[in-house]
Amino acid sequence: MSNAQEKVLLVTTSPHIRGPEDIPRVMWTVVGALAPAGLVGVYLFGYYALFIVILSVLAAVLTEAVIQKYLLGQPVSVKDGSAVITGILLAYILPPGVPWYIPIVGAIFAIAIVKHAFGGLGNNIWNPALAARAFLQVAYPAPINSDWRVLKQGGIFSNITGVDSITQASPLFKEFGGKTYNYTDLLTGNVPGCIGETSAIALILGGLYLIYRGYVDWRVPAGYIATVFILAKFLPAKIEAPWANDPIYHVLAGGLMLGAFFMATDMVTSPLTKKGLLVFGIGCGVLTTLIRFYAAYPEGVCYSILLMNTATPIIDRYTQPRLLGQGKK
Amino acid sequence: MLAGVKELKSFNGGIHPPFDGKSLSKNKEITQAPLPEVAYLYMSQHIGVPAKPVVAKGDVVKKGQKIGEAPALVSAHIHATVAGKVTDITFKPHPVTGARTQVVVIQREGDDEWAPGLDEPQDVEAMSPDDIRNLIREAGTVGLGGAAFPTHVKLSPPKDKKVDAVILNGAECEPYLTCDYRLLMEKTKEVIEGLKIIMKCLGCKNAYVGIEANKPDAYDKVRSAVGEDPHIKVELLEVKYPQGAEHQLIKAILGREFKPTQLPIEAGAVVHNVSTTYAIYEAVKYKRPLIQRVVSITGDGVENPNNLLVRIGTPIEPLLKAARLKEDANKVIYGGPLMGIAQPSIADAVTVKGTGGLLVMRNAGEWQSRACIRCGKCVDACPYGLNPSLLSILCESEHFQQAMEFNLMECKECGCCTYVCTSRRPIVHLIKTAKYELARQKARAQEAQKAKEAQKAQAAPAVTATAPK
Repeated sequence: MSNAQEKVLLVTTSPHIRGPEDIPRVMWTVVGALAPAGLVGVYLFGYYALFIVILSVLAAVLTEAVIQKYLLGQPVSVKDGSAVITGILLAYILPPGVPWYIPIVGAIFAIAIVKHAFGGLGNNIWNPALAARAFLQVAYPAPINSDWRVLKQGGIFSNITGVDSITQASPLFKEFGGKTYNYTDLLTGNVPGCIGETSAIALILGGLYLIYRGYVDWRVPAGYIATVFILAKFLPAKIEAPWANDPIYHVLAGGLMLGAFFMATDMVTSPLTKKGLLVFGIGCGVLTTLIRFYAAYPEGVCYSILLMNTATPIIDRYTQPRLLGQGKK
Repeated sequence: MLAGVKELKSFNGGIHPPFDGKSLSKNKEITQAPLPEVAYLYMSQHIGVPAKPVVAKGDVVKKGQKIGEAPALVSAHIHATVAGKVTDITFKPHPVTGARTQVVVIQREGDDEWAPGLDEPQDVEAMSPDDIRNLIREAGTVGLGGAAFPTHVKLSPPKDKKVDAVILNGAECEPYLTCDYRLLMEKTKEVIEGLKIIMKCLGCKNAYVGIEANKPDAYDKVRSAVGEDPHIKVELLEVKYPQGAEHQLIKAILGREFKPTQLPIEAGAVVHNVSTTYAIYEAVKYKRPLIQRVVSITGDGVENPNNLLVRIGTPIEPLLKAARLKEDANKVIYGGPLMGIAQPSIADAVTVKGTGGLLVMRNAGEWQSRACIRCGKCVDACPYGLNPSLLSILCESEHFQQAMEFNLMECKECGCCTYVCTSRRPIVHLIKTAKYELARQKARAQEAQKAKEAQKAQAAPAVTATAPK
């Protein structure tokens, strides 16, 4: 019955096809790549760690939904997975024994202030999870800094906040009493630390998968880790610890792997071009090492990435792509 | 296999969709489409000044008779594509530019007979470059890859520029289209003949044929047609869009770069695609004007994709119906999916010289655009070294001057950025709109300037009149 003359045709400008990649696909893949590190965290620190992750994710997603629906009147985009990532990342950089309200306050701050107050996905200047962590550091210094516990025996049904756990210093604790951990424990994650940062192997696996999928440019983690490695070897150390100038220890301990593969590589807050990404990665490495070596704070990953996020527009300005046929070949 | 034998030539950036649609029509031999009952011939089917009709309503014309005269160098003649009677000279929206354009309407009548003096074998050996150029100009030949730049202009390089390489563009990188591939398969000798005519016309000793590696059979055919000729090199190219664009082809084959707004002559090269080269052969060897071309009718919106030899000015409706248009087809595109022009109506559209494909899509929809998440894929995909992310943001917020500083005008609108965009941003659309706005602002500014001057001239006596006060 249909008559071609009556056919309603869709008229749009070219191109008329789109590639397979879109925001939900990228975001949910990142969620998947983050999973192994989280599983290790839950195994090491018990179900309470999983509880923290879930709280953080729920708070992030709800905050985004409420803001988009009631404050902005926008379509609610929580299904794209980006708020989920923020929730996961925030939980991953919290100590496993934090009080329950910490991830909630942090996630609300991350989504409401760092993300949506600046225009929402794509327009935020800083990585929301890291900025929230920096906020919590100032607002709740006691639970964030002191509570480095691990389970006595391992095993997920134990109680992180109670009798089954012992308090230990983080691997990068600089003062007297800081313990040195061996490489195997640092690789597998059998060390005190934040929920998702301890297992270098799980993080590297997830990160390599993202590089393979093309969502992470190798220049950021490679530039970051290599810079920390080199500087840690040659910078004069003020720290009195056996690992002070041990580059492998510096690379494996603390939040470096999580930061290098999952935080510094946040598309929104890192430079646009490959050249810019290399500069960004190296900058993160320099700042991290300087903070670890010469500042009062044992860990430098969070602030170094936030500072480099701030520098991203100026890096972009000086690393524009080269127009075809212009300048050097 | 082939890829292992020879290194594939390529360029930076570009894309390749997982399904390129070539399989739909690549094995369909070229067949003659039924002649149109009525042919609609736009006076502008090329870049440059529109042709002026040289026939009047009621005139009887023969096939190949000139009906539109090019009034300038950068323009092209238009010929009757069927024998018949001029029933109307009117204005219609152009299928590519959208602008109302003059059209000569010819009702087909009588035998399909050539006008006198045409369709006669010529002695190419005895021709001078100018003879060749004139024949091509007389035939109304234009670039058939889509841009429709008058071919004789491309063959008249400025005296101070040297051409040391002619490139036959057999890349056909736009997904779905197969018209050039079919010509390479079925008219190999003629196309290579055409290439030699171009070389002779330009006095250029070296030529290259660029073919994408997904057409190994065409590569073999061309190799054997070229034979032992040491001056023609056949190159296999990486399968990547826009491999067949002049800048990318020259970069891949010659390793030379030139700015997007510059012409290939800056790199000492002249590029012609397969369909154009075949048209050149027809024009020079047989004095046949450009009245027909191969059109791929393809896409998932037709049941029977095919390659047809279509008279220019043929309404597309019977062509689509013959290819069994599907019920749910809802988008008809002139050209390929990356640079083609969507048509508003099947009933009104007719083919023009640049129409190498009719791509019919079903269940075509629109994409929900989001803010840029700075994934950088567009920067990596842009084959011209632009920053599409930034351009799209500047154009969206109407910061046109700033966009110009970031090379807005160098964009060729190839669509790679928009294809890869994770946020589904309509980058090319924003860039096109910005260019259009800028052109309008410029025109308005010129008008205002003129009006001001006119006012000044008028105001001058008024001032003198009030002076005595």
